[in-house]
Amino acid sequence: MKVRRVVVTGIGALTPIGNTAPAYWENLVKGVSGAAPITRFDASKFKTRFACEVKGFDPLDFIEKREVRRMDAFSHYAIASAEEAIKDAGLVPEKLDVDRVGVIWGSGIGGLLSFQEEVRNYVEGGCEPRFSPFFIPKMISDIAAGHISIRYGFRGPNYCTVSACASSTNALIDAFNYIRYGKADVIVAGGSEAAITEAGVGGFNALKALSERNDSPETASRPFDKDRDGFVLGEGAGAIILEDYEHAVKRGAKIYCEMVGGGLSADAYHITAPHPEGLGAAAVMKNALEDAQIPLDAIDYINVHGTSTPLGDIAEIKAIQKVFGEHAYKINISSTKSMTGHLLGAAGAIEAIACILSIVHQTVPPTINHFTDDEEIDPKLNLTFNKAQKREINYALSNTFGFGGHNCSVIFKKFEE
Amino acid sequence: MSEIAEKVKNIIVEKLGVDASEVTPEASFTNDLGADSLDTVELIMEFEKEFNVSIPDEDAEKISTVGEAIAYIEKQLAS
Repeated sequence: MKVRRVVVTGIGALTPIGNTAPAYWENLVKGVSGAAPITRFDASKFKTRFACEVKGFDPLDFIEKREVRRMDAFSHYAIASAEEAIKDAGLVPEKLDVDRVGVIWGSGIGGLLSFQEEVRNYVEGGCEPRFSPFFIPKMISDIAAGHISIRYGFRGPNYCTVSACASSTNALIDAFNYIRYGKADVIVAGGSEAAITEAGVGGFNALKALSERNDSPETASRPFDKDRDGFVLGEGAGAIILEDYEHAVKRGAKIYCEMVGGGLSADAYHITAPHPEGLGAAAVMKNALEDAQIPLDAIDYINVHGTSTPLGDIAEIKAIQKVFGEHAYKINISSTKSMTGHLLGAAGAIEAIACILSIVHQTVPPTINHFTDDEEIDPKLNLTFNKAQKREINYALSNTFGFGGHNCSVIFKKFEE
Repeated sequence: MSEIAEKVKNIIVEKLGVDASEVTPEASFTNDLGADSLDTVELIMEFEKEFNVSIPDEDAEKISTVGEAIAYIEKQLAS
């Protein structure tokens, strides 16, 4: 079977630090935090009262009023970022063989607010079984992929990937494979999440997963810092147009970079805790390198999962050192979650975009909020603390790990003819 | 316009995202106001909630225009 080259021809991002991909990148390089007190609901009784919310977003800018009502916020976010990416790629449905254009879209949780509110209405209404006919289609995780296809008429492969915080990386890998093996020419891949709700914050608080640094939200997400105390919940979406190289050339598309590999593995260890030695994390990076057929010393930048949890950050660093050995010291490592917070199922998409743009701009966005070294982390590693760094980047790798022990890595390469 | 008609109209404007001027008594939910089968289910539920009436499925199926909805609800409330 002929294996085709896959390139990135469009990107779109709706994030806590910027509502378009260029705005997102600008603030990534500047080191801006997206964290602030929660405005979506009264969080005064919650252990964590801040999050990385999307700001100044109006779904009516993208979607007509009646449709807005029929969708959860995670679908609004999906459409906004997909629209940006589709326009950016110059995709015009009338000029495409739409049967060969797919949408693969991840979401870790789906319409959590819709679920929460419908159940609340049910209980407050005396448990009379009256549910909105839009309850299920607003909530189900796959519906964002459906909405995008309906909007643009894309009739190729269409579904949702769900693997918690690895969801949208799974979407990218699936899209990459379908295009690589000739099953589709273009795929809108990515993910969205909108879980800053009472149920979302309360649920993650109960898991002791969230930072509780309420007196300083903007410094709460501090991956690899000795005093890190959990992740900061984020929300938003990222969309990436993956395309067969020949198809992109034929229509004169601009090419950001090439996608060259994807890796998958499981920890097979615990529902929420990472394997302490980073076994699954090491395996997934190895798998991605093998898939890309590149030597490990080709990697210049790793955008880590690095959520700012005490256990997760250490396990991932151990895994990187296990896989890359001496070369680990030559890699720039950064956690952009220090700025965006953790977008759960959308994290993989926006972090892949960070990798894509790091290659385009030959710049590594920083891990902000580094105050105190953690003695468990090798000081010789370059974690790109506090300031962006210019460097040559030919290959960038992005890791995402999800509750359940799902691990995904993707590798992007600087584009050459 | 009766108070009931006014309320019905407001619900339709709100739920279907249409202009009040389009919501005439003859307007069909599906043919004129762009509702699909899910919207009509939701509209019936909203009418039930707003007017505290119960609209069985076999009656709901016969309500296809704004005027029919108003007439049905007025009749229910009068009896």
